[in-house]
Amino acid sequence: MSTQDTSGMAYWKANVRLITICLVIWAVCSYGFGIILRPMLSGIAVGGTDLGFWFAQQGSMIVFLVLIFFYAYKMNQLDRQFDVHED
Amino acid sequence: MELQTLTFIVVGLTFALYMGIAVWARASSTGEFYAAGRGIHPVANGMATAADWMSAASFISMAGLIAFQGYDASLFLMGWTGGYVLLAMLLAPYLRKFGKFTVPEFIGDRYYSQTARIVAVICLIVASITYVIGQMKGIGVAFSRFLEVDFTTGLFIGMAIVFFYAVLGGMKGITYTQIAQYCVLIMAYTIPAIFISLQLTGNPIPQLGLFGSVADGTPLLTKLDQTVVDLGFSQYTAQKGGTLNMVLYTFSLMIGTAGLPHVIIRFFTVPKVKDARSSAGWALVFISILYTTAPAVAAMAMLNLANTVQPGPIAAADGALEYEARPQWFKNWEKTGLLTFEDKNGNGRVEYRKGDTNELKVDRDIMVLANPEIAKLPNWVIALVAAGGLAAALSTAAGLLLAIASSISHDLLKGIFKPDISEKGELLAARISMAGAIAVAGYLGLHPPGFAAQTVALAFGLAASSIFPALMMGIFNKRVNNTGAVVGMLTGITSTLVYIFWFKGWFFIPGTAMAANNASNWFLGISPEAFGAVGALLNFTAAILVSKVTAEPPEHIQHMVEDIRIPKGSGGATGH
Repeated sequence: MSTQDTSGMAYWKANVRLITICLVIWAVCSYGFGIILRPMLSGIAVGGTDLGFWFAQQGSMIVFLVLIFFYAYKMNQLDRQFDVHED
Repeated sequence: MELQTLTFIVVGLTFALYMGIAVWARASSTGEFYAAGRGIHPVANGMATAADWMSAASFISMAGLIAFQGYDASLFLMGWTGGYVLLAMLLAPYLRKFGKFTVPEFIGDRYYSQTARIVAVICLIVASITYVIGQMKGIGVAFSRFLEVDFTTGLFIGMAIVFFYAVLGGMKGITYTQIAQYCVLIMAYTIPAIFISLQLTGNPIPQLGLFGSVADGTPLLTKLDQTVVDLGFSQYTAQKGGTLNMVLYTFSLMIGTAGLPHVIIRFFTVPKVKDARSSAGWALVFISILYTTAPAVAAMAMLNLANTVQPGPIAAADGALEYEARPQWFKNWEKTGLLTFEDKNGNGRVEYRKGDTNELKVDRDIMVLANPEIAKLPNWVIALVAAGGLAAALSTAAGLLLAIASSISHDLLKGIFKPDISEKGELLAARISMAGAIAVAGYLGLHPPGFAAQTVALAFGLAASSIFPALMMGIFNKRVNNTGAVVGMLTGITSTLVYIFWFKGWFFIPGTAMAANNASNWFLGISPEAFGAVGALLNFTAAILVSKVTAEPPEHIQHMVEDIRIPKGSGGATGH
């Protein structure tokens, strides 16, 4: 039982670490590139406007998608690694 | 064929499809009624979630919002999609593992408190009802504009359709109809967009066309910037509002999305925890198809509109469109009142300008609704747009009604008033609650209260400031106890509601606002719509502080939290 508990703890720590990495990217691409850092990126031209506009109206959504599937893929690995997967 | 006949045929066919599904997918247990028996494939659930999520506002109004606000409206695009990242990582898998039927049920169990459960039920009902009024209005409007059916009749037809499949099939019927509705609405949205993108930029993919070039080689967005600046407006791609407000508004929409119960309960329908994670990704795939098309539709429709009303140079006396020479779509939409022309200087020309000299009023909904006509597309495309708008409104309405009905029959009736109710009795109660919810929503659709227009502020404010923090702390912080959670939720709701009412009037009663609703009065420039993020922060802070000075949660609750954190051992629906 105690090994189960420690593996559950380690699994949770690994999960929280993965979430933190994903959410940092999530925030940097949307709030960062799309809004706050947009003036700094204004020199980079994308199709008649700047990179920040692209992130705000298209890029951030693509990043969100990649992040969710990356997370789902990594979690399937973690589930097996720590033997907490279903069936 | 006559447009109206064609529209009747297309809309009639889609309705027949929804009814057919309703008969095929009847629910025979509470597990099927509340969670579709937990047998929905993650891709199918993603599609249903997309239809559930994308409302009449997403379909009809969003592109228009972007067209008139330009870059600033990006907050809707990011805000209404970014929440799915939070759902996939912070809520959906654990709530699926928990394996119950409603959002208040988790809050009640995790915080071992009926008070917490009741607070959650109230937030859920207020947020969902506000939201559903907008859908009812959308249904009525789609009928009256495209089919020239009276608004009330249109609303009754819409209610009858929802009644049929939601009461019979519950979540099971709703899921399969939402999948069909997604297909209808996405076709209706993308087909006109593809043609417009082809006409303007030569690129059939609107997402690429937006960043492509128009016929003379100028990039589309550069051209649009010049055009709107010539008319006296600020640049399309420039930021107009404050940065802090934009960040908080986006954040409120994101955590509000993740905290909206009708979205969360969709993830109770998949078989496994790992399906809940991937299903959130699939939902976002299907949502993004529309959400990345919308900014393209917005920019292209805006450019088309500006070029139509201002074919010549601004300075020239004959630069503006002659009213007598206006195109047919202009006349069609004048009849609906969405497009109005007032010849202020009496020169017989349509002068679309910023400020007092403007002679043309354009309702933002036109950007999607009139799009196929402006692009001179065949009548069947226009008919399809009508069916698409109805699909968007019906699918969201059904999801919301299910969230309301299940919190009444499962949380209030079974959870609090009559815990010994039988499975059959609860199923019947669920159907009756559903019928009741449809009746209330229909009544409010016909007699919209003053706050109907405040959907965004109210629904997202409540979800963001109360439900999202309570759920997240319930999973990620074992130390938060019953007192902390209740104090936190009440702090979040109260601060958010007071801030909204301060600028919009107490309970939205006109004339009771404490200060004019404009940026110079707002606290740090934060608009009422953006305050949910601050409310959430206050909720987190209050809950954690109060929990620190009160007793820690009992051991079985801490074990429960440990258990929902790991996927192992998730079963089918727990009947209980």
